[in-house]
Amino acid sequence: MDQMTTAAPRARRRRNLWSWIAFTLGVAYFVLPLIGMFEFSLRKRRDAYSFDAYTSILGDPQFQQTFLYSLVMSLVTVVLGLLLVLPTAFWVRLKLPAMRPVVEFITLLPLVIPVIVIAFGYIRMFNTSSFLPMTGSIMGTNILLAIGYATLSLPYMYRAIDNGLRTIDVGTLTEAAQSLGAGWLTILYRIMLPNVYTAVLSGAFLTISIVLGEYVFAALLDRPALGPYMVWVGGNKAYEPAALAVIAFAVTWGLMGLIQAMSRLSKHTRVAR
Amino acid sequence: MAYLDITHVEKSFGANHVVKDFNLDIEKGEFVSLLGPSGCGKTTVLRMVAGFETPSAGSISIEGKDVVALRPNQRNIGMVFQAYALFPNLTVAQNVGFGLRIAGVPASEANARVTEMLRLIGLPDLGARYPFQLSGGQQQRVALARALAPKPRVLLLDEPLSALDAKIRVSLRTEIREIQRQLGITTIFVTHDQEEALSISDRVVVMNAGIADQVGTPFAIYNHPATKFVAGFVGTLNSFDATVTDATTGAIRLGDTPITLNKPLNASAGSKIAVALRPEAAQLGRSDLREIALNGRITEVHFMGSIIRISAEVAGTRLSLDTFNRADTPPPPIGTDVEIGVSARDFIVLGS
Repeated sequence: MDQMTTAAPRARRRRNLWSWIAFTLGVAYFVLPLIGMFEFSLRKRRDAYSFDAYTSILGDPQFQQTFLYSLVMSLVTVVLGLLLVLPTAFWVRLKLPAMRPVVEFITLLPLVIPVIVIAFGYIRMFNTSSFLPMTGSIMGTNILLAIGYATLSLPYMYRAIDNGLRTIDVGTLTEAAQSLGAGWLTILYRIMLPNVYTAVLSGAFLTISIVLGEYVFAALLDRPALGPYMVWVGGNKAYEPAALAVIAFAVTWGLMGLIQAMSRLSKHTRVAR
Repeated sequence: MAYLDITHVEKSFGANHVVKDFNLDIEKGEFVSLLGPSGCGKTTVLRMVAGFETPSAGSISIEGKDVVALRPNQRNIGMVFQAYALFPNLTVAQNVGFGLRIAGVPASEANARVTEMLRLIGLPDLGARYPFQLSGGQQQRVALARALAPKPRVLLLDEPLSALDAKIRVSLRTEIREIQRQLGITTIFVTHDQEEALSISDRVVVMNAGIADQVGTPFAIYNHPATKFVAGFVGTLNSFDATVTDATTGAIRLGDTPITLNKPLNASAGSKIAVALRPEAAQLGRSDLREIALNGRITEVHFMGSIIRISAEVAGTRLSLDTFNRADTPPPPIGTDVEIGVSARDFIVLGS
């Protein structure tokens, strides 16, 4: 009896110890390279730590231009993705629930098909001697790039919005709105969108972070985006790439923080329904 | 021509024929209930009036105009759902004002209407709350106000009380009826609860397997059920097999007791018919009002407060009867042999 009562806590303590070891190893695996990279990025000036690499990057007009370009493209992508995904996810939930696995599979395809395949496909389909020469103008290429980015964001956007729609009674809310005279656009943008706002935001931030780091599309379509710039910096400078990576992490984490903050700010979802 | 005309409406989902030749005329300001078990087609009829389903055949017209071709948002029909269906992202006031905003009513006018509606449902101070901050009963009242705010031509209530607990169910149904009378709005109410339907309706439609078995006032439905289904579904019924002795005078034999119903029966002498009796039409002991005495033995006694429901075995069948509780007469113990007084005029002859 005595033995049993002491054996159980001991076993629990031992299990605790192992989980702590595993946790520490995991954290070390992720954090040590980051610390190393951060430390390296501070070493641009000889014999002293400094933020010289950061000022050099942030002050580089090419960084500013490519960052701005990618940011604008990511916002365009979010809008495009939203226009495409929200009505689709809504319609599938409302009228074609049997099609959900199919649509889900289609939205997963961009994860399976390499970007380079899609990019070459675009170039082949829309080159200057094709029926729709989109690559012939800068605007056309930008549009093509945004469409490509929207494709890449599909898995995240669709899942986020579909999960958001799962938390509300889409069918009954739609009928309630219809009986009050609302048309499809009103239902989508006054009822569905505000209720999946948090989900849309998390999808949007994921999209932004993907677009900011994307290389293949931008490089093959030859647009001045942040991805190709990062690769160029990586090949030509010593300390700046590390600084750039830290900046990229900061931006991504900042966006993650925003997702959290937004979900807490929304008034009508503070209490579980 | 009635205000709302449902004529020869049919509805099939694939091979499943859920509504069969449904006809109903509703006058302006009338409160009509569709009553029936689940799957009888009552909700489908309601959804066809709302425009969420299209009839396979037949017509639905309001104020003489066929509405079948109109989309739900063009019909100007208010609807209240079992699941409340308030918009979670909007406040109570915004929910109630939603229809007005869609209709393009000027803000000042809309605000006045919202205030008026909130006062009507007895929640004048809750306009700024969100739906999740309200109880179920409050949410359903807000849903009612939201449906009524744009002054719809018809109000549809789809089991609005089913998700609420018993006490609120009773008080809210009284409130709904009061508001309906006050506004004089034509209303269709769908329910599977017969007490609900009988207590608040001008007329009740009892539906069974897609067919309207009987349309009538609650009094007529209860006292003169047209079919065996209506008789069994509405209220409690004691049903007996009796033998016809003389079809022209309506003489039958129930066990050993001869009874003369004084109306011709559509059956030949010697054949069996089914007759029924409401629990309140039987009483323990003889009385001047009930000229026939049946012999029975008490099998169950349920004391329910103001009413005592007693079951007895009579001529091989179970008979339930209700008596009012009286402090000076305790209910008889189980197993007692009793005489049960009934009257020939209270027997209902059940059609097939």
